[in-house]
Amino acid sequence: MSGELLYIFISALLVNNFVLSYFLGLCPFFGVSGKIDTAVRLGAATTFVMVVASLCASFLHAFVLPYAPYLQLISYILVIASTVQFVEMFIKKISPALFRALGIFLPLITTNCAILGLVLFQTSRQYSALEGVVYAVGAGGGFTLALVLMAGIREEAELSDLPKVVRGTAMSLLIAGMISLAFMGFAGLFSGGE
Amino acid sequence: MSLETQGRAWQEYSKGLWRENPIFAMVLGMCPTLAVTNSAINALAMGLATTFVLVGSSTLISLLRNHIPKQVRISTFIVVIATFVTVADYTLEAIAYDIHKELGAFIALIVVNCIILGRQEAFASKNTVFYSIMDALGMGSGFTFALLLLGSSREILGSGSLFGIDLFGPHYEPWVIMILPPGGFIMLGLILLGFNALGEWRQRLRDETRTGEAA
Amino acid sequence: MSVELEGSKQAEPSAFRLVGTLGLAGLVSGFAIVGIYVATLPKITANKKAALQHAIFEVVPGAAHTQALRLSDEGRMVPDPEEEAPAVYAAYDESGAFAGYAIPAKGPGFQDTIALIFGYRPAEHAITGLRVLESRETPGLGDKIVKDQAFVEQWGKLRFDPSAAPPVLELVKGKASNPHQVEAITGATISSRSVTKIVNKALAERTPQLPEPGSEPPLAGGGGEQR
Repeated sequence: MSGELLYIFISALLVNNFVLSYFLGLCPFFGVSGKIDTAVRLGAATTFVMVVASLCASFLHAFVLPYAPYLQLISYILVIASTVQFVEMFIKKISPALFRALGIFLPLITTNCAILGLVLFQTSRQYSALEGVVYAVGAGGGFTLALVLMAGIREEAELSDLPKVVRGTAMSLLIAGMISLAFMGFAGLFSGGE
Repeated sequence: MSLETQGRAWQEYSKGLWRENPIFAMVLGMCPTLAVTNSAINALAMGLATTFVLVGSSTLISLLRNHIPKQVRISTFIVVIATFVTVADYTLEAIAYDIHKELGAFIALIVVNCIILGRQEAFASKNTVFYSIMDALGMGSGFTFALLLLGSSREILGSGSLFGIDLFGPHYEPWVIMILPPGGFIMLGLILLGFNALGEWRQRLRDETRTGEAA
Repeated sequence: MSVELEGSKQAEPSAFRLVGTLGLAGLVSGFAIVGIYVATLPKITANKKAALQHAIFEVVPGAAHTQALRLSDEGRMVPDPEEEAPAVYAAYDESGAFAGYAIPAKGPGFQDTIALIFGYRPAEHAITGLRVLESRETPGLGDKIVKDQAFVEQWGKLRFDPSAAPPVLELVKGKASNPHQVEAITGATISSRSVTKIVNKALAERTPQLPEPGSEPPLAGGGGEQR
């Protein structure tokens, strides 16, 4: 059982990284990740929303969707939007300092396709609530990892002398391609040895 | 239809194709762009589904633009978009089961494609139905064009075929990396590089003519 | 700019109007969604069923009818006419005689989870066929588990010794010399091994649950699904 959970976790974290292998959550990946510090914070907030959204989705999947399968997409969207709103209010109340630090990133999370992707994949793979949470933590960790790697490289690249055409998204895409290439090395982590 | 209306309609349509192309110029909606473009047919299906959702939502939002209070407009947009996506999802599953299976969750993920919400906010909620449809069609075509360009180049290099038809015969060693995730990033990076270089070159050409005229 | 002006000119809309607008949008979208759902459901169900049937007929030679089985509370396979939680499919030939089981299974592959279905005839301890339903294995290498003819076809003629200690099937590099040996694909050993592992695991789990040979559940009335 724990082997299964470990597989789900590592698979989402490294082998099938949400950003680098499934192409989910690219907007913050390219748009926001200029500094390692912000990348870590955004990653943490996203992971948190993922875990809550995953739990809500498991609940919906078990008790509501059997009666109305066609409401899946709408209900998931609403769940994510309200989770983000709720998390925003909660953090504001509990820790104003953290709220100020996360500030602008929280509303951005609503339109992060990694979260909707997570709950949709979780449903189509028929994960249990526990497996869903493990999957969410792995996916969030993977998202954070990708964001931090990208931010680190871009912090360096900002300072180097590059031709004007290469700067901006084109360069980020090429860098992402190389990180993704490196992550391909994680494939076979679970089927390699006997 | 007056000449002026026609002119403006063409302008609203054509801006999405190149000048304000959602992918090349604005770099929006990257997730589906990269995820489903490992073959030309998938790219085409994704482009058409997105165009459908875009045109449908733009029409409806534009019709209702004077009746939606500002405070709840985003929520209303999302409900409308999610509805059209659900419609597209079920329709595709009914008529093209295999393609639907291949695209998987990415059809549902059209909901969070920034292009669609962006066009509602920036255009459809402020313009008449006719121009909104033109705008949506233009953006949709531009998106489909970009997806198709990316999808075909990746399929040609990565599997040596186009729309599943073998191009180079058995002796071609496919450049497999191109249909894998890294290939998506690298290919789009190269295309954007080309797009930037072209823009730069045209800018310089324009500057030169201008200085030439001034002299 | 004009929007800003319009906004400030208008009085703050009442809460009633806000809720009303959202409610109306929800209502309209609800109707649209239920409408398209009802309209496409028969076709989608038929598509799904056809895809599954096709897979079952492919892995159980001679099959013409199928019946879903689920795991009962006693841990045995019993007919599942409503298809609530089908775990295994029983396949029958034209005359309605039992032809074999089709067992769906999934497990970790080289890249992502591999889902497959394989045919099994308990009386002869024979695997009658295998088909990969879902995989994201590397194109050109790992995806040979789907595309390599020789690899796919060898699954149609595997036999194993029921008294041997599990795992009952063995993956070998090079030529297979025993009916329980699976030949690995050159360059895709890991994907081949994953497939073999998934089948072995499913066999170990499912064989004790299947009814004794000879006492298979008869085809339910009406002949089940026609080919």
